[in-house]
Amino acid sequence: MSTTTVAAPLTNSLTAGKLPRYSAVVVLLASWLVTAAVFLIVQLSGGGTSFNVAGTLFFGTVLYCIAIYLLSYFVEGVRKAKDRLVTALVTAAFVIALLPLISLVATTVINGLPAFLTPTFFTSSQRNVVGAGGGALHAVIGTLFITGLATVISVPIGLLSAIYLTEYGRGRLARAITFFVDVMTGIPSIVAGLFAFALFSLLFNDPGIRFGFGGAISLSVLMIPVVVRSSEEMLKLVPNELREAAYALGVPKWLTILKVVLPTSLAGIVTGIMISISRVIGETAPLLIISGFTASMNYNLFSERMMTLPVFVYTQYANQGTDTQAYLDRAWAGALTLILIVMLLNALARLIAKLFSPKLGR
Amino acid sequence: MTTTVARDTIRAPQRAGDRVFSTATVVAGSLILAVLAAVAAFLLLQSLPAFVATPADFNGDAANFWAYVWPLAFGTLWSALLALLIAIPLAIGIALFISHYAPRKLAQGLGYIIDLLAAVPSVVFGLWGIGVLAPLLQPFYTSLVEWFGWIPLFAGPVSGTGRTILTVSIVLAVMVLPIITAICREIFLQTPVLYEEASLALGATRWEMIAMAVLPFGRSGIISASMLGLGRALGETMAVAMVLSPSPQVIFALLTSQNPTTIAANIALNFPEAHGTGVNILLATGLVLFVITLAVNMVARVIINRRKAFSGAN
Repeated sequence: MSTTTVAAPLTNSLTAGKLPRYSAVVVLLASWLVTAAVFLIVQLSGGGTSFNVAGTLFFGTVLYCIAIYLLSYFVEGVRKAKDRLVTALVTAAFVIALLPLISLVATTVINGLPAFLTPTFFTSSQRNVVGAGGGALHAVIGTLFITGLATVISVPIGLLSAIYLTEYGRGRLARAITFFVDVMTGIPSIVAGLFAFALFSLLFNDPGIRFGFGGAISLSVLMIPVVVRSSEEMLKLVPNELREAAYALGVPKWLTILKVVLPTSLAGIVTGIMISISRVIGETAPLLIISGFTASMNYNLFSERMMTLPVFVYTQYANQGTDTQAYLDRAWAGALTLILIVMLLNALARLIAKLFSPKLGR
Repeated sequence: MTTTVARDTIRAPQRAGDRVFSTATVVAGSLILAVLAAVAAFLLLQSLPAFVATPADFNGDAANFWAYVWPLAFGTLWSALLALLIAIPLAIGIALFISHYAPRKLAQGLGYIIDLLAAVPSVVFGLWGIGVLAPLLQPFYTSLVEWFGWIPLFAGPVSGTGRTILTVSIVLAVMVLPIITAICREIFLQTPVLYEEASLALGATRWEMIAMAVLPFGRSGIISASMLGLGRALGETMAVAMVLSPSPQVIFALLTSQNPTTIAANIALNFPEAHGTGVNILLATGLVLFVITLAVNMVARVIINRRKAFSGAN
């Protein structure tokens, strides 16, 4: 520590009373070194366990906050010291948020790869499989079917509502729709599942109803508000001059919307839809309730239980058989598949937004 | 030129296409309202039998529906509150880092990285919480109980697995972090640049500028962002269902193996095996959850809408 407290020689009046630029970096490294030394001594004297890297980084950062505050307090005064402390804390907050993301992705890849790479994972279902082996084809198919149907239901409704809100909506109805769309984005996913169950068990008079279509309905309840919000934002970005130019040429309003407004904002709308798909494709709770789980293939959305990837992950984890490791491996492999799908959808959405967004030259 | 003006105002010709199209949009918009009403109506209809259920219908020893739902509602609120206590300061810090501290060119990319957290499915968070986080935290819990066991919150005996309400709250905090961060970031970026430059020109340090210009401007935004995060934390299902080892009672201790569970997790765990009135009871707890989250979200939206400038809040 003592090496770092040597302040720069005060020759230049402009930099007088200031810490040199590199001081933050030097103090941080010094704090880490000091804590590393402390932990090393503890480890050598106490013997036993391995070197505590996490502890070193954590306590080193805490020490840095204290050291930079005191150092700055005595050289630069209390205001600068507070500023440096906050800078350290804010940066630490960001790094802390990155830790779970990195840890999560790393564990999923490491734990998921063995089962993910087995040749049967994408070619067979879990039917008649006890212990290791089998695959998740039934879950992948179910996810594609149910999410696909949910998209087919949600996109027209969501897009038309967004058009209503931007192009037609005035007055009370529009305000109510805007407000409740926002409120609907906060509906818990499990409530959407319960709604679909309550609806269909009443309609078909079957108190134990489970089928894929219900899952699609519950996902639509979650997806529609997201589609509305994102499409509305995109439609609002279309410059009014384009609409007015079309009207001036005598184009009817609906054709203006179809041929001018929508094509202009298409890239943004597609991006929004893909992001909303990536939001609902990982939903577990509603599908657990209304679509249930099964070990077999089911291509029919309208009858019998249908497996989906998130539910596959959950059931593999929750109902571990005697060969625990095989079930856990499959759960992680399912999680890896899900994350890959979601990341792919997100990346694709960003790519579309970047490549096809209209160049509104100003 | 004679200046005769047509009596009637000129009306645009009504085209069939226009009528069909505008009607379609109105119908689609109204359908959303209808769906929300239907959610409430069907849940209410199906949960009516639960309110008159006899004690024999409940798992555990609840006498009636309200006695059954109360510990669950407590667990829901308690875990969400803890999650928010962790998430809000972090989220404000992250949002400030992205909007005011990070280099301009990096800022957007860093924002995407935080948004990636929102894209991770909750079931994966559950797997991670139980496979990585709980074992990681368990030693900390043991020493916490050893040293601070005299504080009621940290009372022992410590859980041997780390599957406690505190672990759940940390997972929930990670899950709501991107939502709160995204809104706070939008709002911090909307601070009038003139205010910021004025305070910097008066000699304020960066933190003083943030404390005097950015935070007061964004206060209502921070509140509503936190409430949206609260709504999300209240309804989160799978992470809680997988990580927590539940026992439906009202307990404040954070680190024991006796933990209050949440409404959503209770439904997810019991629904697959429920039958008869049991299904109606679970649906009724779902209705309670729906009402709670609806109220929280509506209050949050009213606060946001009062300041219309915050269009990024979705």
